[in-house]
Amino acid sequence: MAITITVNGQQRSLDVEANMPLLWAIRETLGLTGTKFGCGIAACGACTVHLNGRAVRSCTLPVSAADGGSVTTIEGLATDGTLHKVQQAWVEHQVPQCGYCQSGMIMAVSALLDQHPNPSDEEIDAAVTNICRCGTFARVRRAIESVARS
Amino acid sequence: MGKWTRRAFIGAGSLVGGGLVLGVAGVALAPSRHSVVSDDAADKGELTTWITVTPDNLITVLVPHCEMGQGTQTALAMMAAEEMEADWSLVRAKEAPALDAYANAYILHGFIGNSIPAPLLRGFDYGTYRIARWFGLQVTGGSTAVRGTGHYGMRIAGAAAKEMLLSAAAAHFGVNASELKAGASLIVHAPSGRSATYGELASAAAKLPVPSSPAVKNPDAYTIRRTARPRFDIRSKVDGSAVYGIDFKLPGMLHAAIDIAPVYGGKLVSVDTAPAEAMPGVKRVVKLQEAVAVVADSYWHARQAVAALKPQYDDAGQSGVSSASIFAAFDKALGTAPEMPKDAATVITADYRVPFLAHATMEPMTCTVRVESDRAEAWAGVQDPLNARATVASALNLKAEQVQFTNLMLGGGFGRRLPFTFDYVDLAARVAKEMSPTPVKLVWSRENDIQHDYYRPAGMARFAGSLDKGGAPLAVRSHYAGGGDGESTFMPYAIADKKADSRNASHPIRLGQWRSVLNSQHGFFKESFIDEMAHAARKDPFLFRRDLLSDQPRFRAALERAAALADWSSPLPDGEGRGIAIAESFGSIVAEVAHVAVSPAGKLHVRNVYAAVDCGDVVNPDSAAAQVEGAIIFGLSAAMVGEITIAQGRVVERNFRDHQMIHLADAPRISVEFIRSNAHLGGLGEPAVPPIAAALTNAIFAAVGIRVRDLPIKNQDLSRRATASGAHLR
Repeated sequence: MAITITVNGQQRSLDVEANMPLLWAIRETLGLTGTKFGCGIAACGACTVHLNGRAVRSCTLPVSAADGGSVTTIEGLATDGTLHKVQQAWVEHQVPQCGYCQSGMIMAVSALLDQHPNPSDEEIDAAVTNICRCGTFARVRRAIESVARS
Repeated sequence: MGKWTRRAFIGAGSLVGGGLVLGVAGVALAPSRHSVVSDDAADKGELTTWITVTPDNLITVLVPHCEMGQGTQTALAMMAAEEMEADWSLVRAKEAPALDAYANAYILHGFIGNSIPAPLLRGFDYGTYRIARWFGLQVTGGSTAVRGTGHYGMRIAGAAAKEMLLSAAAAHFGVNASELKAGASLIVHAPSGRSATYGELASAAAKLPVPSSPAVKNPDAYTIRRTARPRFDIRSKVDGSAVYGIDFKLPGMLHAAIDIAPVYGGKLVSVDTAPAEAMPGVKRVVKLQEAVAVVADSYWHARQAVAALKPQYDDAGQSGVSSASIFAAFDKALGTAPEMPKDAATVITADYRVPFLAHATMEPMTCTVRVESDRAEAWAGVQDPLNARATVASALNLKAEQVQFTNLMLGGGFGRRLPFTFDYVDLAARVAKEMSPTPVKLVWSRENDIQHDYYRPAGMARFAGSLDKGGAPLAVRSHYAGGGDGESTFMPYAIADKKADSRNASHPIRLGQWRSVLNSQHGFFKESFIDEMAHAARKDPFLFRRDLLSDQPRFRAALERAAALADWSSPLPDGEGRGIAIAESFGSIVAEVAHVAVSPAGKLHVRNVYAAVDCGDVVNPDSAAAQVEGAIIFGLSAAMVGEITIAQGRVVERNFRDHQMIHLADAPRISVEFIRSNAHLGGLGEPAVPPIAAALTNAIFAAVGIRVRDLPIKNQDLSRRATASGAHLR
């Protein structure tokens, strides 16, 4: 079926099965590979994108649920080549190691900070449940706090 | 590249388009008697550590190690740039291609450090290099890159390049080289005010003789090393542009998903391929001896179709194997507790158990292969491109030279992508062969990954220890099953009678190398038991250890530093405690203190971890600290919740819901401090893992009096109810 989604500000028309997870529409149909596949059951958060400004795990969300909506992926977070403040904090604190989970981590954090510019520890813990195997959590927290303070 | 000039074990040449290329080979014999080496070494390309200087004044360092976030490529470039007196902003790093010429000469050297007498070193490097080439190894593992390739390769290559550039400048200006000064990729002749960039001098330098033993810098003069330099790979990892193995694309490429026999060694008995073949986008169902794959026009289509299959496999005769049967065999093999001296005033014994663990890299295993009649190409992110290439060749009955392998970014390694564990590369090659010449990308599901790992071995240890009347330790002995060696079982303490005996209890579960390898089990065993001995002696666990480390100044200094960082003796509220542990692995000594709080209901919260690390010296301090932080989290996740269990011969856990990981909410604040002992450089990717489990369980004991001897901790009741019942006093 034809699905219309605004992806990173551009309207795109996709001819895909309605039950295809949004992740595969983004990665395979649109070719935006910054959004990652980690588990396929919405447990790890590597596939996190923004749908209408909210963080969603795209590996289990049917693409039809995004029909008519607006999706932002990691590739669309910077504006005119200037990194988003969360991306800047990630560079400043040298957060990523292997980096595979970090697109999802950054999308989860940027959605959190849009809604709670100065989140409590509990709000951070509840909103950022992405898995990182390299163990960057100590820096993730420091980077979140640096953005919240600024 | 022009004709090589050569001296000693360093080779140099001209680049097409101008410039200097310089390499250090693991090639050399005793220098005085044999003058050098196979004189044609350079022509054969037997140079393994490469630096190029191009006319645009850029220095490119080719690193024969992969980047998986450990910061290796940046650190090795820093080591070369330091010796070259380079302008750091003009330095780039590139991963060396998967060619025999880039086999790691220094991997063994990294392990052995400076224990080889100097006259034998070059011969040793040469021997190692031949072995590495023979086996086709270009490994990133064993925490060896900086201490091996960096120390013995990059440093020397950088120093040689600087001397050649100085000689070229001396000739160019018609002055004595001693009047010149190199700095910031520029050579200045101060008396005349003339200067030339490295790029301007590179082509002339390439025609000069290569110094046989260039002088390296005194560490006190370092300006690049020991300063925090941002990693080269960070930017692409925050904007989504980094290309991992799973992101690789070729025109016309097809996608494969796979189902693999659940019991290792099991074979496909039957499968009705019709349900998959009827599904959208499916091109072919490929039956393999141990698996069935679906090739489709998209991975989503392949994934759905493979889920529609109901393949039947045999169980390789292993249906009776379970975690319980494996641990029962361990228990039996360990026998009675080790004997203790007859005159001991106090004897204690304890058993410890650790489970199998999966690597669970965030990027599932993936590999793209294109097979043509007499050649193949493959792309993946691996820790050893040469052995991956050999795996593809073997799967296709080709020679290694007929296969081209390109390494891509790795979404985590931790030992899963090391040589001889390339089952996913082998499967991808066999599936792609069926679709030849169309390229196929095989992507594993998370379930494939969790259920078909090369697991961290489960293990068990049975300890006995004894004390005299004054609480001084007389003996500590153990029997262990599940693997161990001299390094992992080493206890640095001055106890007269120390012994660790391996007992054999084999099982069919497939095993591999997992971050810090055997040290992850034994760090927990030995540092738990020494803690139990301290408590039996009624002594403070930190002071008890410290007093046994008089002969081990580096251990003692690290232990004291960690205790000081943690403010060890300051009082804590009820339900909180600190635990300490120390271990040496991969040439580095790490002491860690964990500070925990345990709620009355038994909920564990790790508040802080403090680490004191002696890896000799640090190349890139911030990146080094990140490795220690990451290793602590990795080890905490394993100790708290990590567990692979076996039932009916197969792995029970399937995905991140039942194979758990800790999250941000569970992660402590971490403080890391490095001790500059100036000992030989040690590794850093792994050594902070081994102490953390024991630091944590020792802290739990300090907090609530419950001694956790079986990991993971999630299986233990830490509530006050458990304390009151005495269940912990087994």
